[in-house]
Amino acid sequence: MSNWIPLWVHKLGSPPTFYRFAGIVMPWMMALALLVGALGLYGGLVLAPADYQQGDAYRIIFIHVPSAWMSMFVYAVMGMSSVIALVWRIKLAEVVAMESAPIGAAFTFITLVTGSLWGKPMWGTWWTWDARLTSELVLLFLYLGVIGLYHAFEDRRQGARAAAFLAIIGIINVPIVHFSVNWWNTLHQGSTVKLFGPSKIAWDMLWPLLTMTLATKFYYLASLFRRVRTDLLALEGGKDWVREIARSEGDQ
Amino acid sequence: MNRAGTATACAAMLRRDLTLAWRRRGDITMPVLYALIVTMLFPFALGPEDTLLQRIAGGVVLVTVLLAMLLALDAMFSSDIEDGSLEQLVIAPQPLALMLGMKILAHWITTALPLIVIAPLLAGMLHLPTAVMPVLLLALLLATPLLSLLGAVLVALTAGTRRSGMLLALMLLPLCVPAVIFAAGAVAAAQQGLPWAAPLAWLGSALVLAIVLAPLACAAALRIALDA
Repeated sequence: MSNWIPLWVHKLGSPPTFYRFAGIVMPWMMALALLVGALGLYGGLVLAPADYQQGDAYRIIFIHVPSAWMSMFVYAVMGMSSVIALVWRIKLAEVVAMESAPIGAAFTFITLVTGSLWGKPMWGTWWTWDARLTSELVLLFLYLGVIGLYHAFEDRRQGARAAAFLAIIGIINVPIVHFSVNWWNTLHQGSTVKLFGPSKIAWDMLWPLLTMTLATKFYYLASLFRRVRTDLLALEGGKDWVREIARSEGDQ
Repeated sequence: MNRAGTATACAAMLRRDLTLAWRRRGDITMPVLYALIVTMLFPFALGPEDTLLQRIAGGVVLVTVLLAMLLALDAMFSSDIEDGSLEQLVIAPQPLALMLGMKILAHWITTALPLIVIAPLLAGMLHLPTAVMPVLLLALLLATPLLSLLGAVLVALTAGTRRSGMLLALMLLPLCVPAVIFAAGAVAAAQQGLPWAAPLAWLGSALVLAIVLAPLACAAALRIALDA
């Protein structure tokens, strides 16, 4: 009776269905990302009070922390779809994994750059060989390795499977990044926002932070869908449904 | 049809690879020469000050050995892919992971072992105290097989590509950060007279894990890279 949900998910795995679905959802995701992001930035940059110690300089947290969360989240998504791609050989999962990699690399890069900008006035240095910073840098190299391996193959699907395997090996780094501040007590501060138990951050600062997190999630989805759509067209170039689209777009 | 037993096949595999390496002895000496020259460059670049060289000796030797191994890794499967014997290995009745494990062992014997043999010389060039030498050797004995095993998985992944040298470095170096940290940590601790068993124990446990998992992962990676 209620098996329309698994049926719908199965259907979504087919490229033409996903192409249409992503085309409908993507503009909404992008609009939500912009709206929620504007709200979060207004809350963070204007409404939230200045920090008693760091003054206004702390406000970079509203970019830094959401990007850092996303750098791990995107890797987790990439790792999971890599497992799906290798075990069940679903073409869409390969595409999702490979198209997540550049987005995740961008978030990781933003995290490193904003952290560096924040570190200069607060710690007095652009960079330090602290556990969290180093593991985040390794995460960036893992992303770049996955992207590099994917493009080294001439056959895209073979490249995707090889890179997916590498992504699964590298997933071991994600918990290391996450727990590095607990395991090694170095310069980078511990986590202040907790899923369980009270957070060590004022509500006025917390809500813009969470809003920004939501905005980055929407942005990721919008960006991913856009990339996946393009990639699906390239990958399925010879199929009928792509010809159909090419013909209808050509008529306009 | 009479089928060779697994043990016989393993021994044959190992003997074949070692013989092949021995026939081209020149290739074995290349990483060793590379390590010697790279180590020689450090005193020129940093100045021949004893205390400074002593402090960095352990780390320099470890990184040099790692880079020398990286140079040789590329060749692990390349000749076998060219003449098609790797495909034969994949369809052979013996378990592929075990055969690849033998190949990795042969590769370790021909590239890492000579490097470990000259490691005391490299460390001596940088004035590492003699008392620390056994710890360095122990660290190398645990860290180099780990690198060979990890490297083999990645080499297998790039087996289907043409230009893989730099890509291999980009993929392998981030993954061997922990091995470098623990090996260098043990040497540094021994140099300061602190207990050094803990980092080596970590290396050892990682090695045990890699011995079990890496050949399986290597086999899976090779199957992915070769099916076209």
